[in-house]
Amino acid sequence: MQPFTSLTGVAAPLDRANVDTDQIIPKQFLKRIERTGFGPFCFFDWRYLDDGTPNPDFILNQAGYETASILVAARNFGSGSSREHAPWALEDMGIKAILAPSFADIFYNNCFKNGMLPVVLPEETIRDLMARATERPGYVLTVDLERQVIADQEGVVATFDVDPFRRDCLLNGLDDIGLTLQHVDSITTFENARPDGLPVTTPAA
Amino acid sequence: MSSPRTLFEKIWSSHVVREAPGEPALLYVDLHLVHEVTSPQAFEGLRMSGRRVRRPDLTVATMDHNVPTTDGPVEDPVSQQQMDALATNCAEFGVPLYDLHSPRQGIVHVIGPELGLTQPGTTIVCGDSHTSTHGAMGALAFGIGTSEVEHVLATQTLLQAKPRTMEVRVDGALSTGVTAKDIILSVIGRIGTAGGTGQVLEYTGSAIRALSMEGRMTVCNMSIEGGARAGMVAPDETTFRYLEGRPHAPQGKAFERAVAAWQLLPSDTGATYDRVEILDASWIVPHVTWGTNPGMVVPVTGRVPDPAAAADDTERRATERALEYMGLTAGTAIEDIPIDRVFLGSCTNGRIEDLRAAAGIIRGRTVSKRVSAMVVPGSVKVKWQAEAEGLDKIFLAAGFEWRNAGCSMCLGMNPDILAPGERCASTSNRNFEGRQGKGGRTHLVSPQMAVAAAIAGHFVDVRAWAGDA
Repeated sequence: MQPFTSLTGVAAPLDRANVDTDQIIPKQFLKRIERTGFGPFCFFDWRYLDDGTPNPDFILNQAGYETASILVAARNFGSGSSREHAPWALEDMGIKAILAPSFADIFYNNCFKNGMLPVVLPEETIRDLMARATERPGYVLTVDLERQVIADQEGVVATFDVDPFRRDCLLNGLDDIGLTLQHVDSITTFENARPDGLPVTTPAA
Repeated sequence: MSSPRTLFEKIWSSHVVREAPGEPALLYVDLHLVHEVTSPQAFEGLRMSGRRVRRPDLTVATMDHNVPTTDGPVEDPVSQQQMDALATNCAEFGVPLYDLHSPRQGIVHVIGPELGLTQPGTTIVCGDSHTSTHGAMGALAFGIGTSEVEHVLATQTLLQAKPRTMEVRVDGALSTGVTAKDIILSVIGRIGTAGGTGQVLEYTGSAIRALSMEGRMTVCNMSIEGGARAGMVAPDETTFRYLEGRPHAPQGKAFERAVAAWQLLPSDTGATYDRVEILDASWIVPHVTWGTNPGMVVPVTGRVPDPAAAADDTERRATERALEYMGLTAGTAIEDIPIDRVFLGSCTNGRIEDLRAAAGIIRGRTVSKRVSAMVVPGSVKVKWQAEAEGLDKIFLAAGFEWRNAGCSMCLGMNPDILAPGERCASTSNRNFEGRQGKGGRTHLVSPQMAVAAAIAGHFVDVRAWAGDA
């Protein structure tokens, strides 16, 4: 996994509550068997008009926001399906950090597995950042995971909390499976002590 | 003596492989369910790192999201490729697979319980958010992403921060025509779509005890729509009767021993939860969603809400946007909303009892001329059972289409989708924008409400029909 240490980039406001993973990546694009290449389909129904041309009303199509790498979003971002295609699509489109008052659990978790940083900030801070990003297309933010701060060119805007284990994995680009396999002996010990009679999937009589 | 523990705490603590300060717990996974959409990248990851599936005997796969529900070949070559990839991966890694030709094929959350694989006290994961369904059996079950699927395939464990708990107690008796679906829709209406974030819900109370296993699965299934990754119901006689004799359930003496162990699982008297919500079942009425998430829901006797009444700016804008997408005007009576399509099926309401209850509403009536309606059983076994009971004939005579098993129009990855602007009464779990097809308008309801709407051509209060013979 690519480490995430600090990111400086354009912030785009997406002022909609409960953005679900069906909006982030609609189901017709879930049939690919690769992890990459989902970017062009991210926010498909909002991003394109029926004739396939970019929808000028959608924020990421507007001047100053096309190169955004940070999304400032509203509450409960990433609700719904567990599809990891959602963070894959955002990442493939260039979004590496998402700031919001709250996230849905599975999406939040999936971001960390892909070198992306979801940051929970108070509603008022998000409102403030959203206003700035809306008023100033091309508004640049720095999301610094090492120092746990959000800053713009005038200085620090906010600080944030993040689970220390997740932070460490992101900063160092650690692979969860590799970490867990360091404890394979514990797994084997646990496995050997499991009670008899638990279900197995191999064909039943 | 140890302090009283909840059902969740008992399962959690008996599955912790390793705990260390500042790290999430390493949890053992008893059952890993796999389907074609969220697994190909995980198997590819294993292949690239030269890893194997640690416990293929605790892993099982089926094809459900992409499958056509009509007879004949898979027309979409990309869907076919995804199903082929699953078959290849299962063969290469030794994972049992119930493919399109298997009599055990079906929606992953329907076949797990049906085969007796879903058992009390176990931990179950799947790359699918509706894995919460299996909690109805007294299991700890939740959806995971594809990276976690790979982690479980490789290690049979999952890194998990311990969630908080919420008791959702539903006491009293449901009125005739009011169902498990209405319980969960009213719970989500109460707590909101993020109300359960970071929590495991345990449903308790006399109304939950009175539900069948199918009803409990409907309730647990939609826990995720309230933001909770898992929902649970303590196992009891209903659970044991459901499991007895199923292919993967313990048999004979082993079943008796298992029941004795399962009886120790329910939350101890005096166990506490981080939060408690209490509902009175006798007040619950049939519910209909009006908006673009499952929390946007009102009783069938209600009206489309007015954005001006929203609690704050964010909610007001969300309401306005939802009304625009749904093509609805504030103040419209729910019963005055005409519908074009009906979808009866999904991991929420595609089980045999759902089909029985739905067929029971028909009583010789036929689907409105303005409505196109389809029934998609949740599994091959549900389909065969329904046919053995003659339910297919009842649906067909009323003008419903009778399809093959799969996820179908719940998410429209196969050809079953809404056209732009079409309005659907659906027994599924999500009414998100475009979920059932771009521009499609979904209203979530119970199976009985869906059938009544199909016949009337608009939403009706099925309680008025439930009593007539």
